[in-house]
Amino acid sequence: MGVTAMRWMAEVHVALRPGIADPEGQTIGAALRSLGHGSVAEVRSGKLMRIAFEADDHAAAEAEVAEMCRRFLANPVMEVASWEIRADEQIGDGPALP
Amino acid sequence: MTVIAGRPRVAVAVFPGTWSDRDFAHVAGSVLGWETRLLWHTETDVGDADAVVLPGGFAHGDHLRTGAIARFSPIMRAVEAFAEAGGPVIGSCNGFQVLTEAGMLPGALMRNDHLEFRCDWQTLRVEHSSASPAWLGDLSDGDLIRLPISHGEGRYVAADETLDALEASGRVVLRYSDDDGRINATANPNGSERGIAGVVNERGNVLGLMPHPERAAEPEVGGTDGLRIFRSLERWLHHQPAAAERRL
Repeated sequence: MGVTAMRWMAEVHVALRPGIADPEGQTIGAALRSLGHGSVAEVRSGKLMRIAFEADDHAAAEAEVAEMCRRFLANPVMEVASWEIRADEQIGDGPALP
Repeated sequence: MTVIAGRPRVAVAVFPGTWSDRDFAHVAGSVLGWETRLLWHTETDVGDADAVVLPGGFAHGDHLRTGAIARFSPIMRAVEAFAEAGGPVIGSCNGFQVLTEAGMLPGALMRNDHLEFRCDWQTLRVEHSSASPAWLGDLSDGDLIRLPISHGEGRYVAADETLDALEASGRVVLRYSDDDGRINATANPNGSERGIAGVVNERGNVLGLMPHPERAAEPEVGGTDGLRIFRSLERWLHHQPAAAERRL
């Protein structure tokens, strides 16, 4: 890591592949309908991870998150990952998360 | 070639959160009189083991996904090398989940379709036992065995092409069945695709199954069908070169 490394915040979303049954999402959907939200057609559950890290530039940050997802954060058998990355100046200086 | 004339030597991997390690060690050591060794997840060698067990439990708290963190443990590099050399490996419950995460077996294990943890005795139908002489040599196709299940995430999933390929190559070796051997939704305790409870790798030396053979090894606990898997291994080992020679 060079001295020019910047701080980044990645929001990684891990979702189930289309067609993979999601009993948790179905249960949440049924609960929403029973709470009066009758228009709810479908709920798909997933994971959200916020990852604070450092990288030299945006391209390096993208590559690093892609590798995190490929190797570890999502299982390609049943999941797909997507993410957004933004520069994050607050890391280490205060609460970065809402 | 010398064959293994003495007691089988089995190594049981232990991750933080594993819970069936002592049961496996009890059956192998106390019930069967085998040499048994527990392998902490930070170890890097399986030693002179003739077979390796990945037991059930909740390695690393099942965080992220079941088995997702355990598969990167140092001991898994050694287990992969052991399996690559043809050594017999069995993963039960959480161990099955670790094997799929490690890519040593296809597919994945997801939350049970009813979202409940299920702890019960389960009937299983044996198929393609010849695909895994090391683990199923003492069983016959069509045999119905009863083993405990104990899991919240045992729903076996894989892409349709993967499932078709597994079926075509005879690698689905255990299915959840009713007491008459029928495979149907009622007999399926977790919503697994095609009722799949256990699969083997292409070579047949790596078996993953959700049920717990180590919990059915003494009549006092309600059944001994699990012993048939242990006995298969013992018989198979007697016809193999010793571990030390396999590595030459």
